[in-house]
Amino acid sequence: MSKSTNSKLAKRNRTEKLFILKGYMAILISFAFLLFLIFTIAGKGISGLQQTQIKLEIEFNKAAIETGNYNLLIRQQLDSLFPEIEDRSSKRNLYRLVADPAKFILMDMVQDDTSLIGETKEIWLPADEKVDIFFKQNADDWDTKLNPEQKELIKTLESQGLIDLNFNFPFFTYGDSQEPELAGIAGALIGSMLTLIVCMAVAIPLAVCAAIYLEEFAPKNRFTDLIEVNINNLAAVPSIVFGLLGLSVYLNFFGMPRSAPFVGGLTLGLMVIPVIIIATRAALKAVPSSIRQAAMGIGASPLQVVTHHTLPLAMPGIMTGTILSIARALGETAPLLMIGMVAFIVDVPQSFSDPSTVMPVQIYLWSKNSQPGFVEKTAAAIIVLLLILILLNIIAVWIRKKYERRW
Amino acid sequence: MGNTELALTIAVVVATLLAIFLLYKTTPNFQTVSLKEKFIKLILIIATIFTVYTTLAIVLSVIYESWLFFTKVPITEFLFGTKWSPQTAMRADQSASSGAFGAIPLFTGTFLVTAIAMLVAGPLGLYSAIYISEYAGKKFRTYVKPALEILAGIPTVVYGYFAALTVAPLIHDAGTALGLGVDSESALAAGLVMGIMIIPYVLSLSDDVINSVPQALRDASYGLGATKSETIKNVVLPAALPGIMGAMLLGISRAVGETMIVVMAAGLSANLTINPLESVTTVTVQIVTLLTGDQEFDSPKTLAAFALGLTLFIITLFLNVIALKIVKKYREKYE
Repeated sequence: MSKSTNSKLAKRNRTEKLFILKGYMAILISFAFLLFLIFTIAGKGISGLQQTQIKLEIEFNKAAIETGNYNLLIRQQLDSLFPEIEDRSSKRNLYRLVADPAKFILMDMVQDDTSLIGETKEIWLPADEKVDIFFKQNADDWDTKLNPEQKELIKTLESQGLIDLNFNFPFFTYGDSQEPELAGIAGALIGSMLTLIVCMAVAIPLAVCAAIYLEEFAPKNRFTDLIEVNINNLAAVPSIVFGLLGLSVYLNFFGMPRSAPFVGGLTLGLMVIPVIIIATRAALKAVPSSIRQAAMGIGASPLQVVTHHTLPLAMPGIMTGTILSIARALGETAPLLMIGMVAFIVDVPQSFSDPSTVMPVQIYLWSKNSQPGFVEKTAAAIIVLLLILILLNIIAVWIRKKYERRW
Repeated sequence: MGNTELALTIAVVVATLLAIFLLYKTTPNFQTVSLKEKFIKLILIIATIFTVYTTLAIVLSVIYESWLFFTKVPITEFLFGTKWSPQTAMRADQSASSGAFGAIPLFTGTFLVTAIAMLVAGPLGLYSAIYISEYAGKKFRTYVKPALEILAGIPTVVYGYFAALTVAPLIHDAGTALGLGVDSESALAAGLVMGIMIIPYVLSLSDDVINSVPQALRDASYGLGATKSETIKNVVLPAALPGIMGAMLLGISRAVGETMIVVMAAGLSANLTINPLESVTTVTVQIVTLLTGDQEFDSPKTLAAFALGLTLFIITLFLNVIALKIVKKYREKYE
């Protein structure tokens, strides 16, 4: 080989290596983004799933409860813990360690169980947002909001084991709130569940029926071609357009209530119908035609072929597709903003027509609030949402793996 | 009253019994089977027609509201006007100066964010697809491709949070350190994060397309002495080009219609600019802002959202139809 060929070859080999490197780098960079995203959210959210709480022995004093002064219950106990504190400003410092909405927790407890009145009970109550941040020590510039006296008090409480970082249970049992200490996702979780129930009740029967017709019965003509193109395009229409449809048809034309899970479910239902149709058709298509022919050969009617043979065999594929579309509907935000599921709603919804919000919208609402307590809460809600989505995906993969057949 | 109720009850009971009879009575009687078949087939057809109704409902409702809008604001002003400030339309007494509805700043904003997103997703998605389909081993492929597809399963509101609270401040700080004036809500942050979201869409489709290029083409190229990368660049990619174009178009259509990332990370002010460091607004952001406040249904402010929605629908429909056609034609070529 001549010298020039050799140098050319070396150059070509270098280009080859560079090309492989580019591909490898592209994958690495994509992964880096994914990891960065996950770590950012996990880093912020895990501390949001924990809450600094103060243990107090609350005496449910009848007189105070009758006048509705639940703050007094907390203050009495704080006073007895620190009898040496007498002047007003020091007392105020002490009282401000416990979150202001803690009184609502006591109120709820008494309303749930009136036999508590007159009793004494040990209760972990949420500490104030500033104490929470100081205790977690994840935002240095915020601990200056506490004065030195309060920091001393926190240290004393800590040495007695009366203040600690606990799992944030109120986060899962309370609805939204103006106070970050008491804001929870119970309302959004129930709202999401109700919305998804409606969505699936509408979408699954319609989509599966349409898919069976198109795949098994429909004649091949212009009209069915049109329907097919139509469905493929519907699946790629931006979700916000379905929100506009929901707004103008359901709310303006039919006059349905705003913010209701019922309307949200119908809107999302329209959105997932084409997705489920496409998945169902793919599953039906995967069943080999020899099975259909065999069934017909022993005298089964076209409908029996479908209900006795094709459909049961396609079931795992249909279920996988459906679960994945549930996951998609669960993470959808934009169309629900259009039909007014974006209001501030404290109560946990009880029925399909109650005003409510859903998980992703709750995340959106909290993310607009720059209070550090809410920044944490947002990330914590994202973690919960992602965990549910991961669970759904694992179920889908499990079904596919378990029942998958190679023909 | 009692009679009607009784008649209704009887009718329901009879219908239910009939339905149960038809569903479970399997006899060799041809007539019964055929009746049942016809009935169920009718249900299936109704369900299928319903899906067409959805499209019709979208088109009709959005066109109707847009038409109401265009009776108040001329369509030429909407399409070619360069000033967007719908807020002033709220004041009813100032009907003469009832806001400005020139959508050009929104279109450029959408275009800018989409372009940034595709600059991220295009190369990353395509190079990943080439590596996965041409170089990677079977094991690498079975684990890495689904792992990257996780990116497509993350809800967009999560990307929005990430863009607004992590990426935007990072870009802002970096820009300030370099002495550049970066808005705290820059088009760059929204576009970058949107690009990450679109990577798996480009990746999956490109991977399928590259895989369907016949092996014979590659073998012929190797036979002529080309290296693997030369084969990919000169033979495989040109052969797969239509399919890859389709993948990119679908990615663009995703980016144009994406809402939450831009709502949370791009701005609200309609700047007519192509500087990625400035704050821009997009069509979807304006739809959300116009419709989440107080609503009066006949005000041009609310109706403008439907006109924007119609534009969005037409643009994405156009992109999808072309993309799906290209991909379909391409598939047929090699099958």
